[in-house]
Amino acid sequence: MRVLVGTRKGTFFVEKQAGSWRPRLAGHAGVGVNFVTRDPHSAELWAALGHGHWGAKLSRSRDGGNSWSDATQIKYPPGARYLAPADPDPNASEEDAAKGPGLRDATLLKLWVIAFGAPGHVHVGTIPGGLFSSFDGGDSFQLNLPLWNHDSRGGNLFDGPGNGVTHWFGTPASEGEFAPGIHSISVDPRDPQRWLIAVSTAGVLETRDGGKSWQGRNRGMLNDYLPDPAAEWGHDPHFVTRSASQPDYVWQQNHAGVFFSSDGAETWRKVSQPEAGVHFGFPVAVDESNGKTAWLVPGKSDFQRMTIDGKLFVARTRDGGESWQPLRRGLPQDGAYDVVYRHALANQAGCLAFGSTTGNLYVSEDEGDSWITVANNLPPIYSVRFG
Amino acid sequence: MASVEITKHLWEFLPVLRDRTLTVDAKTVAEVVREVERIAPGFTYYICDERGCLRTHVNIFVGQERILDRTRLSDPVDEDSRVLIMQALSGG
Repeated sequence: MRVLVGTRKGTFFVEKQAGSWRPRLAGHAGVGVNFVTRDPHSAELWAALGHGHWGAKLSRSRDGGNSWSDATQIKYPPGARYLAPADPDPNASEEDAAKGPGLRDATLLKLWVIAFGAPGHVHVGTIPGGLFSSFDGGDSFQLNLPLWNHDSRGGNLFDGPGNGVTHWFGTPASEGEFAPGIHSISVDPRDPQRWLIAVSTAGVLETRDGGKSWQGRNRGMLNDYLPDPAAEWGHDPHFVTRSASQPDYVWQQNHAGVFFSSDGAETWRKVSQPEAGVHFGFPVAVDESNGKTAWLVPGKSDFQRMTIDGKLFVARTRDGGESWQPLRRGLPQDGAYDVVYRHALANQAGCLAFGSTTGNLYVSEDEGDSWITVANNLPPIYSVRFG
Repeated sequence: MASVEITKHLWEFLPVLRDRTLTVDAKTVAEVVREVERIAPGFTYYICDERGCLRTHVNIFVGQERILDRTRLSDPVDEDSRVLIMQALSGG
């Protein structure tokens, strides 16, 4: 069993050798790695890089991580534009200042997440708000135009102003801009034509026809920062995932709480338990065989994005969020201020791993009952995946 | 022929550039970039975005002067020019 770790300064592998988990640098030294994962069909490894100077690059390894090379690069097609709020300009005329959002050329700011569907299908979520899909094993990628041109973000903006209104807002993960980002992609294992994606900030969308059309899946979602808490759009899912063997059980750690769906994201139910510290956070993991079992790494709140009282814990439910148990054994309970990003918690066959922006990596081999500290001095950790 | 020197940082990702000072036939910086792309496929997307605009944290000098046109790279180059392509000092 191996853990793939994407960090601000490279890709690390964590493997169990002679009874203990050991991390080692495994590529991309000095480069930001937003996400690293393994294609279950081809066994190739894929990494989403963010070079400080040279832009976002997709990297792949065909030899299990011994060597990496640039993959086919993802680029927005000419004419791809999106609606973005105008930057305030005190020197603007009254007429210009009142115009509202303007059109901005899309250029790749960030590769954020990589997912796999049927054999040969590779999907990449990006900022600003792009879903790029390959159906030839990653040799070529195309921007999903039905999603890019969705009415919720202004319609087709390639040739004109569209409807002029976007309900997709930004994320501070945008590398200096404030654009929306796709951070979650989940292909239904029963039907490779059904994909769920989640957008910060817009909400959850689903296609049932392999990306030809998209519908919002935000019924039951509640936010606490818009005039209408149940608005169709404007939700901020932090991460969305579903159970491999019970794919109708879908989990969402959201900016405004924890949500659970038992009908494939048709409807959501808030299952936060603030009195147990279960409300705000970024990642969520769900058991492959029992979709009612899930894990979170809660933070204190939107206003204090840090552990609660310096104590790090994982929360687990086994009943679809009806009740939550704090799991603390082996985790620091004094002076710990770890923040765990949305892609930095993973599980596989009862083994869990998570990493924090303070470079700490923890592993549990008993479904979270107890934890081992594997590393304390890694670079800030962006993603943790088994592979 | 203009001479082109490229930061060692890019040798890591484009090994064909390693230890080479290139000479290219070009009248503008854009033409320099096109010629280097022929030698090192993928080079352009390291220093420019999809639209061909120079990335924020990249600098190009012709002689001692930073180029002016970061959008179309139209700054002139002559056969005696020394063109340097490097990462900008961006801090952090």
